[in-house]
Amino acid sequence: MLRNISNRLFQGLLVLFVLGTLTFFLVHALPYGPFQDEKAVPPQVMERLEKLHGYDKPLLTQYGLRLKNIVQGNLGVSIKVMEGRQISEILGQAFPVSLTLGIVAMCIAISIGIPAGILAAIRRNTQVDYAITAVALLGICLPGFVIGPLLAEFLGGRLGWFPASGWDPRDPSPMFLPALTLGLASAAYLSRLTRAGMLEVLNQDFIRTARAKGQKGSIIILRHALRGGLIPSIAYLGPAFAATISGSVVVESIFQIPGIGRLFIKAIETGDESLIMGPVLLYGSLIVLANFLADLLQIWLNPRLRTVKAP
Amino acid sequence: METSINLIEQEAGHSLWGDAWLRLRRNRAAMCGLAFLGFIILLCFIVPFFPALPDPAAQSLPNKNAGPSPGHWMGTDHLGRDLFSRILHGGRISILVGLITTSVSLTIGVSVGAVAGYLGGKVDAFLMRGVDVLYSLPFLIIVILFSALAKGYTHDFTEWMVELSSFDHDTIAPFTSLIPLFVAIGALSWLNISRIVRASVQDIAGREYVEAAKSLGLPLHRILLRHIIPNAIGPIVVYATLTIPSVMLFEATLSFLGMGVQPPYSSWGILIKDGADRMLSNPLLLIFPSIFFILTLLSLNFLGDGLRDALDPKSSKD
Repeated sequence: MLRNISNRLFQGLLVLFVLGTLTFFLVHALPYGPFQDEKAVPPQVMERLEKLHGYDKPLLTQYGLRLKNIVQGNLGVSIKVMEGRQISEILGQAFPVSLTLGIVAMCIAISIGIPAGILAAIRRNTQVDYAITAVALLGICLPGFVIGPLLAEFLGGRLGWFPASGWDPRDPSPMFLPALTLGLASAAYLSRLTRAGMLEVLNQDFIRTARAKGQKGSIIILRHALRGGLIPSIAYLGPAFAATISGSVVVESIFQIPGIGRLFIKAIETGDESLIMGPVLLYGSLIVLANFLADLLQIWLNPRLRTVKAP
Repeated sequence: METSINLIEQEAGHSLWGDAWLRLRRNRAAMCGLAFLGFIILLCFIVPFFPALPDPAAQSLPNKNAGPSPGHWMGTDHLGRDLFSRILHGGRISILVGLITTSVSLTIGVSVGAVAGYLGGKVDAFLMRGVDVLYSLPFLIIVILFSALAKGYTHDFTEWMVELSSFDHDTIAPFTSLIPLFVAIGALSWLNISRIVRASVQDIAGREYVEAAKSLGLPLHRILLRHIIPNAIGPIVVYATLTIPSVMLFEATLSFLGMGVQPPYSSWGILIKDGADRMLSNPLLLIFPSIFFILTLLSLNFLGDGLRDALDPKSSKD
């Protein structure tokens, strides 16, 4: 087990290294750079700016310097979007917001999606199943940019149940609508995947054995079937969780939330390399971690996997 | 003697797909889905060629945001264009995008996931860490770079197609401009599928029938294709039906970045996005395209569920 973890840790570092390298060169391949402005920048000014930020050196030298700094924990400063501010400071402010929002959203998604999927699988091909499928599809077909404004207008504006915008670390109420918007889409996916996973399990022999023994229905579902039935959902949850807690542009724009998503998009639009690199590495670490946890959870839930050689 | 011959003939008539089709036909929801899907595809691919349908690009500002009328069945949009015609024309593009990119991502995702899940060990570690890298790469940057790169090629390809076929430039351009989009979305949307397939395959790989196939000395591709993937078909079909709408909507996002369908051409994703921007002033612009979109995907899902039931090897004795 310990070897397993240290192995994965090493692989994770390798992933981050490859990811950082690719990101660096991709950003530098963009047809625009962080020193361009809406007005044409005089060549002398451009030269000074490039020199100031080390952009005049050969690309490989720049890469080496960046790598050294990042390994030492220095993510650099934002050149354009947040002129001169430390990336670690920007992330330190924005990430807790996205993290809180994402965790609440995932709790909503899990508590709606998984029970709905189980119910649909048990009542398969009945009105209940069809209704759940229809509602889930509504959630998938109506993306954040439709559901978000609708929730903001009706639950937020007309009914006034929840504040429709803003963010206050001491007051959780403005968090509800954006979290619901984020959570509903994942809930829809989860319900479909849980239904599919449960159906794979429900007609297997060990379920039949449990039924034949006279085991209670709810225990069969919760203790025997759910373990195998959650396989596809957990595989989906890993990346979905990482994606949700690292911020969403759409939801952040609709509800005026100071998260990472909007900053990241602005950084890409301007070619602000360090402000791209910071969130990418953060997201990469989250993906590695989430997928590792998903794999562990998978093995814990499913005794059959314990004999399989772990990577 | 004669009865035994009959028996043999009957056995021979039961192929995996033949059986599946028989079972599918008995599933009412799936057949309704199939019929509706056929209807929508027919509508989107044939009706736009009828001359009676208004030109989807014809603007008429005095007539903007009009409600449904005999001339415009679903009213007009903010530029006075006929909504019904735009939905049908957009449907062609959305359906193509959905089907093609989903097939690409299914092929890649299922292969990678099945190989990683079945072989495990170093291969699994290598493939899945590769997937981790791709998950975290800033997709937007790749799209921007790729679209800049692909622009020249697409133009040449369009001209070539125009010369080759009898259609004029305007008929072909909306479709050829989609090719970079197919490649970009298809190449990067297989990640979730591969994770899901891998998890299911890991579960299946230890079962007795796989052990049996292995001990018979079957080659890897045969074990995967005949024994493992059919048993993981449930999650695969479901995730495929979920990928189609997300890809169709993603196309709209990419179109705003200058990749994919450009005005005056349209797609369901773009119509829904446009409608969402104006949903409080003219909700019909959101509601009508959404109805088409949702009904199509609902029928696709019922068909998918039916297909899953029909292909399930475990229920073949029912």
